[in-house]
Amino acid sequence: MISITNVSKTFGVGAGRTLALDDVSLEVGRGEIFGVVGQSGAGKSTLIRTVNVLERPDSGTVAVDGRELTALSERDLRVARQGIGMVFQHFNLLSSRTVRGNVELALEVVGVDGSQRRSRAGEILELVGLGDKTDSYPAQLSGGQKQRVGIARSLATRPSVLLSDEATSALDPETTRSILELLRTLNRELGLTVLLITHEMDVVKSICDSAALIEGGRIAENGRLVDLIRAPGSRLARELFPLGAVPANATGTVVDITFSGGLADRPVIAQLSREHAIDVSILGATIETIAGNQAGRTRLELPGSAATNAAAIADLRAQGLLVEIVGDAA
Amino acid sequence: MNDTSDPKFWTDLVDVLLLGTGQTLYMVSVALLVTVVVGLPLGVLLVGTERGGLFASPFGSRTAGRVVNRLLDFVVNLGRSIPFIILMIAVIPFTRLVVGTFIGSTAAIVPLSLVAIPFFARMVEIALKEVDPGLTEAANSLGATRWQIVRKVLVPEALPSMLLGLATTVTSIINFSAMVGTVAGGGLGDVAFRYGYQRYSTIHIVAVIVIIFVIVQSLAAIATHFAKKFARTSSPEGRVGAAEKLELRAAADTA
Repeated sequence: MISITNVSKTFGVGAGRTLALDDVSLEVGRGEIFGVVGQSGAGKSTLIRTVNVLERPDSGTVAVDGRELTALSERDLRVARQGIGMVFQHFNLLSSRTVRGNVELALEVVGVDGSQRRSRAGEILELVGLGDKTDSYPAQLSGGQKQRVGIARSLATRPSVLLSDEATSALDPETTRSILELLRTLNRELGLTVLLITHEMDVVKSICDSAALIEGGRIAENGRLVDLIRAPGSRLARELFPLGAVPANATGTVVDITFSGGLADRPVIAQLSREHAIDVSILGATIETIAGNQAGRTRLELPGSAATNAAAIADLRAQGLLVEIVGDAA
Repeated sequence: MNDTSDPKFWTDLVDVLLLGTGQTLYMVSVALLVTVVVGLPLGVLLVGTERGGLFASPFGSRTAGRVVNRLLDFVVNLGRSIPFIILMIAVIPFTRLVVGTFIGSTAAIVPLSLVAIPFFARMVEIALKEVDPGLTEAANSLGATRWQIVRKVLVPEALPSMLLGLATTVTSIINFSAMVGTVAGGGLGDVAFRYGYQRYSTIHIVAVIVIIFVIVQSLAAIATHFAKKFARTSSPEGRVGAAEKLELRAAADTA
């Protein structure tokens, strides 16, 4: 649905020149919720702005729904943008207009006439749960309500793609949850493809199907969450399972075992103790719901070096578990 | 001549003041209209042709944008630096070209507009720069044209600020309108000059001051009222705070 191909973008000139995006390629499938995570300054904002060409890349192409936006003229680009919604961290609502007026702006731009504007705005505001706030001004709303207006505005023209630029970063955890739920619902009911950028792993965990990690303008990792959690050494997976750092005073072999896709109910530890006569210590464990599925990661300490535990580890791997050796006494 | 016991003195005074007030209001309102019609787009262009602005690259050329920006900036600075009395004399040929004469209230509208346009354009520029760039970005993401962004986003959002700027502008137009009285432009300045200065009539001077004070204060009050009305700020406390800020600014502006 969204194809970003070899996109690069630099800002500034001379000594102040920074490479915001360095040969970035991403593919977002139709109906998918795709999260791009990274720290501030990593290039997330620039990346999402290249999708609707608010930021024109220096090189590379961006295509949405098979249409190459980077090749369009300004005029055609404006029309294409009407099919791509966008919501912002700071909502960016007009303070001079009511909630309804803000939503109608999107329709005025497209040229929808008065009565249709009114009914469409009412309809979409009902959908985002603001049916009773249509005549309020943004200043009278809470942060979560403002973001709902932002979402309603972005969806008024029935776009097939929604870009979310840190949409929940200015909200408290409770409100964040309700906004994410709304995005999930819209994604399911309208078949909306969502590309979101965030610095919060919780956002990725709770609604994304796929994710990418961006660092210094480059995509460090990228894939479906169900695959990422099974990928050895995945940093996104490590972020998804908050087990913390490996203890420095561990005397044996420390392994992280990831359970996913129906492997979560295996009596692994009991098996290890029984079949390999190993005294297993549990250093940490977490169970998360990732992309709608339960997955867990357990950190175990096995006495002795990795070499002495090789048979046990091989046995675990043979069961289809992801076993990563994160600390070795030897 | 200043015989206050003569009833004719008082009927004369009323006639003279009515005529002067009428002329002043005529000059000021037409000049104000011209100022808004020319100054508003000028202010929009001043901001728009800046680096990264809406009209940064007219016809795809950043050079053109830069040239327009520098030129407008220069014209505005020039207009604002010339003392009014000198400007008034300097533009006489232009006034004559537009109005046909350089004497009288209608002719005075030309220099009054010329002095107020750059002033108001700066006010518009400041007001537009206060608008959150995120709003322009949001409108862009909706596929809005530049014209739609100006009309539906920038101007409405900057309206409260621009109204206060307008109040300041009108005050300075009234101020300068008194000066054109000294060069046969008519108006209350003319009354003050001919009766107050040349005939030593304190009553005329006091009356003119009172009238001008009332005009300026009412216009400022109207502008502040609407500015407050259009400024939709957060929470009741925030609204009070913003209203106070607006009042302070209006007070500072008119001072």
